Amino acid sequence: MTDIPAVRLKRRHAAERRFRVIGLVAIVMALGVLAVLLTTVIVKSSSAFVGAQIALDVTFDADAIDPADLGAADWQGLAKKAAEARFGVGDDRRLVRSAGAMLSSGAAEDLRKLVQSDPSVIGGTRRVWVTASVDVDQTMKGHVPADPDADGARLNAAQMEWLTALRASGDAALHFNRRLFTSGDSREPELAGLWGAVVGSLYSLTITLAISFPIGVAAAIYLEEFAPRNKFTHVIEVNINNLAAVPSIVFGLLGLEIFLNVFGLPRSAPLVGGLVLALICLPTIIIAGRAALKAVPPSIRQAAQGLGASKLQTVTHHVLPLAMPGVLTGTILGMAHALGESAPLLMIGMVAFIVDIPRTPLDPAAVLPVQVFLWADSPERAFVEKTSAAIIVLLVFLALMNLAAILLRKKFERRW
Amino acid sequence: MSQHTVKSFDEELSHLANILARMGGLAEAQLASALQALSRRDSELAARVVASDQRIDELEQEVQNFTVRMLALRQPVAADLRHIVAALKISSEIERIGDYAANVAKRALVLNQLPAVKPLSAVLHMATLVQEILKEVLDATVEQDLDKAIRVWNRDEEVDDMYTGLFRELLTYMMEDPRTITACSHLMFMAKNIERIGDHATNIAEVLHFVVNGTALKGARPKGGGGGLDIEGGH
Amino acid sequence: MTDTEHHVSKAKVSARDVNVHYGEKHALKHVDLEIREGEVTALIGPSGCGKSTFLRCINRMNDLVDTARVSGELVLDGQDIYHPSVDVVQLRARVGMVFQKPNPFPKSIYDNVAYGPRIHGLANDKTELDEIVRSSLEKAGLLGEVEDRLQEAGTGLSGGQQQRLCIARAIAVAPEVILMDEPCSALDPIATAKVEELIDELRENFTIVIVTHSMQQAARVSQRTAFFHLGELIEVGDTERIFTNPRHPLTQGYITGRFG
Repeated sequence: MTDIPAVRLKRRHAAERRFRVIGLVAIVMALGVLAVLLTTVIVKSSSAFVGAQIALDVTFDADAIDPADLGAADWQGLAKKAAEARFGVGDDRRLVRSAGAMLSSGAAEDLRKLVQSDPSVIGGTRRVWVTASVDVDQTMKGHVPADPDADGARLNAAQMEWLTALRASGDAALHFNRRLFTSGDSREPELAGLWGAVVGSLYSLTITLAISFPIGVAAAIYLEEFAPRNKFTHVIEVNINNLAAVPSIVFGLLGLEIFLNVFGLPRSAPLVGGLVLALICLPTIIIAGRAALKAVPPSIRQAAQGLGASKLQTVTHHVLPLAMPGVLTGTILGMAHALGESAPLLMIGMVAFIVDIPRTPLDPAAVLPVQVFLWADSPERAFVEKTSAAIIVLLVFLALMNLAAILLRKKFERRW
Repeated sequence: MSQHTVKSFDEELSHLANILARMGGLAEAQLASALQALSRRDSELAARVVASDQRIDELEQEVQNFTVRMLALRQPVAADLRHIVAALKISSEIERIGDYAANVAKRALVLNQLPAVKPLSAVLHMATLVQEILKEVLDATVEQDLDKAIRVWNRDEEVDDMYTGLFRELLTYMMEDPRTITACSHLMFMAKNIERIGDHATNIAEVLHFVVNGTALKGARPKGGGGGLDIEGGH
Repeated sequence: MTDTEHHVSKAKVSARDVNVHYGEKHALKHVDLEIREGEVTALIGPSGCGKSTFLRCINRMNDLVDTARVSGELVLDGQDIYHPSVDVVQLRARVGMVFQKPNPFPKSIYDNVAYGPRIHGLANDKTELDEIVRSSLEKAGLLGEVEDRLQEAGTGLSGGQQQRLCIARAIAVAPEVILMDEPCSALDPIATAKVEELIDELRENFTIVIVTHSMQQAARVSQRTAFFHLGELIEVGDTERIFTNPRHPLTQGYITGRFG
């Protein structure tokens, strides 16, 4: 061996090593960025999963509560009375107001629910954990200064004193925030929940799936297995590929124009959101479906057709089952994409502030990413942690969908 | 025919043809020497002929080994197959021819001990014809010339006729003078050997026909291998 | 090209002036060929010579190619295969096919064999279907090897077993003609020998047409051999004669390895 090939060989090995190092660096950087992002979100959101509560001895005055009409009672008044008694404010109107401000308007709901589940408390006195106001909540979590004179402090000196006393006696604590997962949106950060958005997302995605999966798979099968190869189908193919690259907001405009203005469907409804998301999903499903169909070896088709199976039989008996894992993966990727989509939904009015949990796909609703957007836009300090919590919930949803994709894939693959 | 895609196959085929050509040349030379030893009563030459027969046998063995190897490794078909099978057959024909030439030489050794007899010239005359036939059929083999081969095939009749004549002549001679019976018997066996060489030459022509056309030479073969004997046997 | 050599059995398939075009390409040119009943006919020739194209004409697999156009007359038992009244599904039930690469369905051995009878409705109940599956596997010489694992995946078998499974699958629909497109090209010599032995046995009940690139295989399994070159049928005749004494120089050149 002469020297020249040795030198060349050395250079070749060096190039290969360089490439491997660059690849490794790229991956490490990507993982690092992802880790930073996740840590930030998780750290910020962690406090959102708990909320401040105050334990009060509430007297359920039988005169004030009509068991037949619980909604008519002045629950907030009861709570306030209990607070005033606890803090011993007397008749000082300023202190009375301060005592009331220690409680969230959600305290009324806490009491109502308690009576609802256990009417025997009427006429007696009971120690009850009620939701504290957002100011107490934020102070307890340390997001605002505890010193009443400091800049940005939310509690006055009297309130601060009471809070310190409550904490000392164990009557103020951070408990798991159930409202985050059971309520709809609210102007009050301590009452705001994601359930409305989750339900809205579920409705939207169900509709998206119900529409885009059959249409997408059918289109993929037709284009891949049945369509003649001519200019017309070629144009269709190119357009489908282009559609996948169209900015999603354009689909929102389309939905606004067609579904709302032409068909007159309700604004802000998951039905319309689902339809628009289905449009966004379709190209992904069709492209992934075609790729999966194409990956099925032609020998399987020949085998079936050689035995006298019709084209449709060949597809339904053999090709589609074999392509199913790929089709499902594509579908779930499309769905995950749809789940995270917010821009087109803004166009069809799903950005509205909606307190009620939607009961049907026709009720106005928000979806998770839009909820994130709405909360991120709120001026209150308390919504910052809520935003992060919403992001975490969204990510958990995405992870669950990907898990479903993997499991489905496994299940279908195991059959062969 | 054009070349094989696999060149070494062509080389092997031509190697085979070479061995055959060498064998043919050797057999021709053996026959010529045997006849010379006979006509000149040269016992030394006759002894050399007997000894060199082994060389032809060796070549035949080589052809056999080589063809078996080619059949196993090349799995030839059609013309190639016919060539190789023919080579095997032709080599054994030539080997027989060599044996007959050696036989003639052996008998020449004996004959040289006895007084000369007259019919020797008639035997030599027939031998010349057989030599021609042999030369021609070997040429035809090398050139793959079917016409020549068919001509040879037809000429075998002449040899047979000549042998029948010679047979009668020798019989007559022996009856006239019983003292020549020993020599004449040897001559008769020689004549038979030479006639057999002619037959093997026609066999080679037939093989050649199979090589070139893929079919056997059809029609009644102008053969009378045992013709003379049959006639006499009838008596 | 007619052949006047020994015994002439009945023609099962006969092609008269068959032409195939793939778009502009004239893939098969004026082919006249008779496939005799109960014989194995081997189609040989260099790649792209049209032998596979001809094979695929017999069960109309060429229909699946958009650009393919077939003209001329192809007759199966007196019936024109390309007549509009002929249902291609019916035709393929009569003319089965085995492919180059063993291509069992990714299903159980049982389901592989049962697929054809199922789609053609050949069995009235489970017992009948079981019987068809077993007898097909038996005929394909595979039953003994797979009897106790009929529910296992067909793709888990060895290459040779897979190919015999494909043959069993083809004979399960009781075809009259079986087309084989290089059935042994992906198999080792032992598996090849088993398939060849099987082909020889199947000859009793089926008419077989086999495309092969192996001259030895054509010589071993077939009774008649047809040589194709550049879309034309050059020569057809008894296999024995083709391999000892081909008439056409192209045939000679091809089978002796002198092509060029």
